[in-house]
Amino acid sequence: MNRQMTGADIVVQALKDQGVDTVFGYPGGAVLPIYDAIFQQNDIRHILVRHEQGATHAAEGYARSTGKPGVVLVTSGPGATNAVTGMTDALMDSIPMIVLTGQVPSFMIGSDAFQEADTVGITRPCTKHNWLVKDTDKLAGTIHEAFHVATSGRPGPVLVDIPKDVQFANGKYVAPAKADLGHYKPQVKGDKDAITALVDLMEKAEKPVFYTGGGVINSGKGASLLLRELVKSTNFPITSTLMGLGSYPASGNNWLGMLGMHGTYEANLAMHDCDLMICVGARFDDRITGRIDAFSPKSKKAHIDIDPSSINKVIHVDVPIIGDIGHVLEDLLKIWKSRGRKTKAAEIKKWHAQIDEWRAVDCLAFKNSDKIIKPQYALQRLEALTKDMDRYITTEVGQHQMWAAQYLGFEDPNRWMTSGGLGTMGYGLPASVGTQIAHPDSLVINIAGDASWLMNMQEMGTAVQYRAPVKQFILNNERLGMVRQWQELLHGERYSHTWSEALPDFVKLAEAFGGKGIRCSDPADLDDAIMEMVNYDGPVIFDCLIEKHENCFPMIPSGKAHNEMLMGEADTKNAIDDSGAVLV
Amino acid sequence: MNAVKLKKGASSHSAYDLKSFIGDTEETHTLAVLVDNEAGVLARVIGLFSGRGYNIESLTVAEVDHEGNRSRITIVTTGTPSVIEQIKAQLDRMVPVYEVHDLTVEGPSVERELALFKVHGKGEKRVEALRTAQIFRANVVDSTLESFVFELTGTPEKIDAFADMMRPLGLSDVARTGVAAIARGT
Ligand SMILES: Cc1ncc(C[n+]2csc(CCOP(=O)(O)OP(=O)(O)O)c2C)c(N)n1
Repeated sequence: MNRQMTGADIVVQALKDQGVDTVFGYPGGAVLPIYDAIFQQNDIRHILVRHEQGATHAAEGYARSTGKPGVVLVTSGPGATNAVTGMTDALMDSIPMIVLTGQVPSFMIGSDAFQEADTVGITRPCTKHNWLVKDTDKLAGTIHEAFHVATSGRPGPVLVDIPKDVQFANGKYVAPAKADLGHYKPQVKGDKDAITALVDLMEKAEKPVFYTGGGVINSGKGASLLLRELVKSTNFPITSTLMGLGSYPASGNNWLGMLGMHGTYEANLAMHDCDLMICVGARFDDRITGRIDAFSPKSKKAHIDIDPSSINKVIHVDVPIIGDIGHVLEDLLKIWKSRGRKTKAAEIKKWHAQIDEWRAVDCLAFKNSDKIIKPQYALQRLEALTKDMDRYITTEVGQHQMWAAQYLGFEDPNRWMTSGGLGTMGYGLPASVGTQIAHPDSLVINIAGDASWLMNMQEMGTAVQYRAPVKQFILNNERLGMVRQWQELLHGERYSHTWSEALPDFVKLAEAFGGKGIRCSDPADLDDAIMEMVNYDGPVIFDCLIEKHENCFPMIPSGKAHNEMLMGEADTKNAIDDSGAVLV
Repeated sequence: MNAVKLKKGASSHSAYDLKSFIGDTEETHTLAVLVDNEAGVLARVIGLFSGRGYNIESLTVAEVDHEGNRSRITIVTTGTPSVIEQIKAQLDRMVPVYEVHDLTVEGPSVERELALFKVHGKGEKRVEALRTAQIFRANVVDSTLESFVFELTGTPEKIDAFADMMRPLGLSDVARTGVAAIARGT
């Protein structure tokens, strides 16, 4: 049955039929009809953010912590351009997100009308796909197709631009089941022969390693369970990228910790020395590989990925398998079991012994202090005090983000929300709000740096308005710490513009927003202060005054190989050569 | 802690050197891409090439199936084998793309381009231009007492050769369509 309704009502009906319960948005002239339709219903909750970038990161936090797509509604012109960073972030990290933008009336497009921007043109390279809808009859179908594209294959952000006259006009509503979803149908089943070829390699491997990424989490909880079964039954060690943390539990026996530029010694050396690398839903990012021509020189490599363009993009692999991680792991387990569950158990035991030697180096050890709070210590205490709670962590971008990845443990997928590919300062606070909206009774903590946190600090207002009791745990070094670290290592300690002078008083700031502020500067007070934060029923800004010039180790300098890791201060002199210095 | 000590200038390699594993030599490939005939599709394809730093030697596009609302884009591009593979994969994952064919590797194909040449000249040069056009089987589509417009269809090489011949004979303007290509046989 095709019903006639206004374009604005079609938008709301389509969202309901797609199972949307929450929209993050900000109104304006070009979306007034849709806001009017939202006002007249109670099924969809609209969260009023304070800046459209905040809406996009909140939607990312919502999406990443639920496995459902995040939905954003903003106005034309500046509303749309403010959403660009969040869409780019979601594209880089493969987060499903639907952005609905208002547009000037279709008959005024191209006339430089008030708040007109070429939204579809501007967002073409930062969305998986986008549409300008010029006909109300096509609106419902386009929104359903947008959900299909955002959530199938490699997930990503999509945008539907809706001129104001299209929102006012009547058109026919089409339900999701009847909509034409176009011809976009990515392959989810992996090729049997390729999977069998991988089983062959697994049976012969003496030094195997699983290298997993965000794709495992995108594939759903089932994929993480299959991964755990596979690791347990093969006894292969496993590491993960920043984006994949939680798909295998940090407490698991085979866990090596995160790999890459600030990964653990054991994870990076296992990657360097392995004879079989099984890449599962990761993409050989430059933060992971370091120097390409020295990357894991002795290994055969298999790569499971739903996006064919990820295969052989950076690193040539011997066994490419294109498909959804869950589907492929299921078939992989089946085939491996049917052939008698063979591994070279004795050799793998030796491999574990080698890994244990690396682990004994204790690469995350740091020099603690009883006078000043070390950031690593702060996170260790936070971990000890909250790890058994129903906890979600978001982060900003910088040293604190890497320390969080190193010192916090994730037992489950969807518990860790961070900006990986784009490295967007200002991501964490709005992402924590979006996460908290999706999980109102859970503990949601944003691990932040002082500089990043300020970038979207207006979202404290959103947290207070919607009673989202997010905890902002700011590791305050009064520096743009990560950049300062690079200046120390690469630019002769010339700290050009990496000091945050005139920082606000975070405690007063919290109070000004209507939240609670806590400051802590003495390691002896830290546990009590953390518990005060956790137990407070409302948003908290925790101003944790830390050592100002602490560096984040281990570190693989740009342009270096996995076995050329800096372990601590002693290693840093002339660590990065000129050719490395041009890299980011 | 036994991390390796590094000396200044130890490495001349960039972390971004995509060490080509198949071969470093650049090749020219002709790709046929079937797409939805929708607004912005060409901008998407061109944006992909410029955004990722791929080359476009020539690009033609036109609707080829009105009922099915499909256009065919023919792209001639150059790159190392691994770059060509990336280009195809990146095109193939775009939402409005149905099919990507690499005509250069998928068996024999024919390539044609149409060009118009305006040649100014009098006397012996004018006669020579007309004679050369006949040899190339170019058509005269416009003529005045002092100029011809020739139309020539052929491979890009043939069109290049004709342009070379016409240059000393008063060639003033060239308009080329770019390559259209199709696989031979069934
Ligand atoms: C939007 C944006 N601008 C600039 C950068 C570059 N950048 C990366 S980390 C960093 C410093 C972050 O400082 P802070 O948030 O205080 O965290 P810290 O490193 O001190 O823990 C900067 C400026 C970025 N990642 N994002």
